[in-house]
Amino acid sequence: MVTPAVSNPAPSLLDRLVLPTSGAWANDARRAALARFRDMGFPGRRDEYWRFAGGEDFAAPEPEEAPILDMQGEAPVFSGLERLKFSFRDGRFEGDLPALPEGLEVSRLSDAGQQDLHWARDLYGVLEAAGQSPVARPFAALNTAFAGDGLLIRVTGKVALPLSLIYCHDDPRSDAMLHHVLRLEPGAELTLLENGPAAARLNTVLEVDVADGARFHHVRAQGRDHGRRAITHLFARLAKESVFKSFTLTVNGAHTRNESVVEFTGDDAVAHLAGAAMGDGRMGDFTHDDTVFITHGAENCESRQVYKKVLMNGAVGVFQGKILVKEGAQKTDGYQKSQALLLDEDSTFLAKPELEIYADDVACSHGSTSGGIDEEALFYLRSRGVPAAEAQDLLVLAFLSDAMEEIEDAAIIEDITSRLEAWLARRRAG
Amino acid sequence: MLKIKGLKVKLEAEDKEILKGVDLDVPAGAVHAIMGPNGSGKSTLSYVLAGREGYEVTEGSATLDGQDLLDMAPEERAAAGLFLAFQYPVEIPGVGNMTFLRTAVNSQRKLRGEEELSAAEFLKLVRAEAKKLRIDADMLKRPVNVGFSGGEKKRNEILQMAMLQPRMCILDETDSGLDVDAMKLVAEGVNGLRDAGRSFLVITHYQRLLDHIKPDVVHIMAAGRIVRTGGPELALEVEHNGYADILSEVA
Ligand SMILES: Nc1ncnc2c1ncn2[C@@H]1O[C@H](COP(=O)(O)OP(=O)(O)OP(=O)(O)O)[C@@H](O)[C@H]1O
Ligand SMILES: [Mg+2]
Repeated sequence: MVTPAVSNPAPSLLDRLVLPTSGAWANDARRAALARFRDMGFPGRRDEYWRFAGGEDFAAPEPEEAPILDMQGEAPVFSGLERLKFSFRDGRFEGDLPALPEGLEVSRLSDAGQQDLHWARDLYGVLEAAGQSPVARPFAALNTAFAGDGLLIRVTGKVALPLSLIYCHDDPRSDAMLHHVLRLEPGAELTLLENGPAAARLNTVLEVDVADGARFHHVRAQGRDHGRRAITHLFARLAKESVFKSFTLTVNGAHTRNESVVEFTGDDAVAHLAGAAMGDGRMGDFTHDDTVFITHGAENCESRQVYKKVLMNGAVGVFQGKILVKEGAQKTDGYQKSQALLLDEDSTFLAKPELEIYADDVACSHGSTSGGIDEEALFYLRSRGVPAAEAQDLLVLAFLSDAMEEIEDAAIIEDITSRLEAWLARRRAG
Repeated sequence: MLKIKGLKVKLEAEDKEILKGVDLDVPAGAVHAIMGPNGSGKSTLSYVLAGREGYEVTEGSATLDGQDLLDMAPEERAAAGLFLAFQYPVEIPGVGNMTFLRTAVNSQRKLRGEEELSAAEFLKLVRAEAKKLRIDADMLKRPVNVGFSGGEKKRNEILQMAMLQPRMCILDETDSGLDVDAMKLVAEGVNGLRDAGRSFLVITHYQRLLDHIKPDVVHIMAAGRIVRTGGPELALEVEHNGYADILSEVA
């Protein structure tokens, strides 16, 4: 296990945090996570996966203020979809749990101790702990220890309605840690939606255990507040013939780091991870970091990563993606693509694509590119009467399209596309 | 309609003059053809008229119905009625052909201060025009020109022309890459658009196309200039004898 050097002498965020008590097994898990975290410490710039963009703002004792974005009457993303809604405000669940359809069980993390939730006990902090090797993820351990709220979700059937987590942000100084665990029993199906800024500073962990033949579909739209900061962690364990798809949209936000750690433990499973990010440095800092680690530990599994970033006016994009194929993981099909569209010369894309392969019968590829707008295509569009700015927007959306195609639901693609169009149009209007 | 006077153009990036004084006058309703050896500057002329970057006009003028073309942005030229069917149509991954067509049609209407077409009106129109050119629904759904065969790309150019109804149409080697039947379809498309208020400038290497699209005037371009102008018989002469006679005459 590679543990980052403890470079901050007295991490005062740790002094400020208090271990919540949410019942016997959860308390044990939290204490274990705190011990894990103490071994790792906060990451420093010399740590391999923190070189491009550091985590000082995530480690600072207090979050920086993040003014609340005026949505100007615009309905939040996913509003038009029929879904099961769970709302959080500045990191706290609010309201009552909605009536649940058959095949779905949901409890709050704070209630964990009072109920007999064996399945949750076997998951909470467990996938996170497994995901600490070979690369340490200190903020995830910190989250397991201190998460203030979250849901324990168990899916036993095919749930038709998406489960929607709505993260509101009212307090410009809120600091939130959310931790959800999700267990899909064999053959179960669920779509999970997440949207909203959640807090001025957000740290999330989502542990997803996908059993044999189960299907999990995840679509996330991170909040548009310019000053918000978020470090998110997705830990997934995929059993035989399971399917896992996750897409994240990021527009604005001062600093976002999305870590995804996926492990194939059963044969013939599929995992697709995609992200579309758009940042304009003119509206404030924008650093967006996708850090992905896929472990193929079983045969004939397919992993696909498609990450796209549109950067302008000093925006910074980071991609750190690794495919590890263990010995014996034959017939692995691993594909990784990370691309940045730089709309000017002030923006930066830093990429670290990695393959590590210990099996001989595999097909793995990765490609990382960055470049400007295609001038030939731009002229072609303009020669047909499309004004330059609109033509550019069309090409920006075209650039993002192969990440968007990883979303399974056409209505969601349309919803998200219309948001992107509106964002681009607002930018054009100045 | 289109008047070009003493047009001299060099490359922006290097000191290389490509058009060395082009004069051309295409009246309303006329079909003019330009032939000429490879590299003589035919595509450069069409790009400069359409407003592509990378060229510097050092002398001369080009006007469309008296409006200075060279002063306008490419989209303004298009809205004013100029259309270039590209020699090498551009592939645009991620933009659906339908979206592209609808955006183009409505952008031009907006620039001209006209009402945009409704989705239904547009669909009806595009289906009718696509059918004439034997462009199937699948080609309309696919990204612009991506994976299209050479001939499909050219037919797609003519579809755009039919949808946009420009007044001044420049076709840069639209016939190359077309099979015999496709060439007929394209010629029918062009002939269907011919009228007193619309002009064509057809760049081609082959007399064959001009059998279908009968030109009023044929120009020969060589080394950046129009060196001969005549009737349709000039195209026949080129077909039989090549350019050697004409060029030695001029020199
Ligand atoms: N961007 C450029 N850089 C360098 N040379 C160029 C450029 N554009 C045009 N040229 C040169 O200018 C000349 C004219 O090119 P152009 O494409 O206009 O010829 P053309 O008459 O259309 O030829 P063809 O019949 O082969 O299509 C050629 O010698 C070409 O190499
Ligand atoms: Mg040419």
